[in-house]
Amino acid sequence: MNIDKNAHYNASHEWARKDGTEIVTGISDHAQHSLGDIVFVELPEVGKVLKKGETFGVVESVKAASDLYMPMGGTVTAVNEALSGDPALVNREPFSGGWMIKYTASSPAEWDGLLSPESYQAEAAKE
Amino acid sequence: MPFIANSDADREAMLAAIGVKSVEELFEDIPSAKRFPELGLPQGLSELEVLREIESLAAKNVSANTCAWFLGAGAYNHFIPSVVPALAMRGEFLSAYTPYQPEVSQGTLQAIFEYQSMAAKLFGMDTVNASHYDGATALAEAVLMAHASASSRTRIMIPAALHPEYKDVLRLYLSAYSVEIEEYRGDPMSAATGLDAGTCCLVASYPDFEGRVHDLAGVADAVHAAGALFIVHADPVMLGLFKSPGEMGADLVTAEGQSLGNAMSYGGPFLGMMGATQKLVRKMPGRIVGQAFDHEGRRGFVLTLSAREQHIRREKAVSNICSNQGLVMLMTTIHLEALGKQGLKAVAQLCWNKSHYAAGLIGKIPGFSVGTDTFFKEFVVKTPRPAAEISRKLIGRGVVPGLPLSRYYPERTHELLICVTEMNTKTQIDLLASSLAEVTR
Repeated sequence: MNIDKNAHYNASHEWARKDGTEIVTGISDHAQHSLGDIVFVELPEVGKVLKKGETFGVVESVKAASDLYMPMGGTVTAVNEALSGDPALVNREPFSGGWMIKYTASSPAEWDGLLSPESYQAEAAKE
Repeated sequence: MPFIANSDADREAMLAAIGVKSVEELFEDIPSAKRFPELGLPQGLSELEVLREIESLAAKNVSANTCAWFLGAGAYNHFIPSVVPALAMRGEFLSAYTPYQPEVSQGTLQAIFEYQSMAAKLFGMDTVNASHYDGATALAEAVLMAHASASSRTRIMIPAALHPEYKDVLRLYLSAYSVEIEEYRGDPMSAATGLDAGTCCLVASYPDFEGRVHDLAGVADAVHAAGALFIVHADPVMLGLFKSPGEMGADLVTAEGQSLGNAMSYGGPFLGMMGATQKLVRKMPGRIVGQAFDHEGRRGFVLTLSAREQHIRREKAVSNICSNQGLVMLMTTIHLEALGKQGLKAVAQLCWNKSHYAAGLIGKIPGFSVGTDTFFKEFVVKTPRPAAEISRKLIGRGVVPGLPLSRYYPERTHELLICVTEMNTKTQIDLLASSLAEVTR
């Protein structure tokens, strides 16, 4: 499984990465692999305020539909429009082109409560 | 093949496992005198005798074909071409179960696809699902879907003049949700202008229970300006002649499909129709059949967008409906195909012409007045004597004049809801008017 060393993780397989003053989030390589071919990603509206752990969208593959959970709370500033035309970007580039949302963190300290790349990798390997 | 596959040995094993000697012992809590009561049934009869007895009982029923029928109020008397039952009753189709497996069910899946395509055109919507139990449950599911699209919005606006039984179904479906159902009076446009950010959706009935056709122009814009969804429950026959809800900006459309090729049958089985915009399709309940191509490029039909549904999304699915009203939907498909666009328009035109002719006659009878002039096939008349009494008298003369509104609104004793369709002849309409005049003279 590929891992982004610069990101922190949710046990539910979302990653968060600092991007200037903002946080970017998507799902991990492990998650996209378990889901299989992704056919649709439902994302929130820009401006939406979400708490840590709240659902920000849904990812649909040919065999499952899964909710997406906020690794950190914040206000959505951008969503990846490219995913509406090419949802398989999440499969091909889960940590780069397949990003899902950007947001300004409401409590930056939540970053420290997330799993480190090493801990996440160890957790995911158990599944 | 035995229907219950348990053998005697299986039963013995199960009884032993729970420590009971016999199946009879399981019924010991029922007082012994009540356990095997004498039913006092008569001796068996021959087939011929049974048929005679049942037919004589059946002959006591009044049907829409044996009298002048002006009763609507949710179930409508429309013509069903013979081709509809003749094709629908074929063994390849006739099943209480809707088989969805594409390898063996291309005929069924193609019929559903054709139904969806025609209904989408009629509604002016992008997508129609494979159907619901009836119009009331389709509307309730549409409201649930609107709620699922914006769960923080909890107010649901419905017309006071929505069918009272639809209101009951809606309240039942929503009883486990934290939402308020608010009824608005009058036209949807005035209700749509006062919406706030807590409103989830506004439902319009097109026409309403009392037959009034409200102008829906501009309603969608006003509803959308408040961030809510606009749901239209329509008479599908009327849409043969009137502007479709989709053209007027509806997000969701529901309808009762009984009037398209299905008998009234004492109130069911009916057909719930539902259409949505492309934007909302991922929140739509029910089955959807799509057109696909195999690796050799041959056209076929399969269930599609299944990730919306309960078997995949589990408790997060918008709805737990996982079947459709297959046979009734098939009747509607064949009916629409037999009529075509022009045929459906002609039926709608006949309903309009005949009902307006009837309203013209009845409005001239002393003591009677017609409530509105913007109606399609159904209208309320004020009566000089209690409507229930008039109805009883007319039924005695072979005329079922409509629904006394006191059935649903006890205080509205002097109002009768009259429905006129293409099935009513001029002679019948004249008889209705003259009978109403005679019994109130």
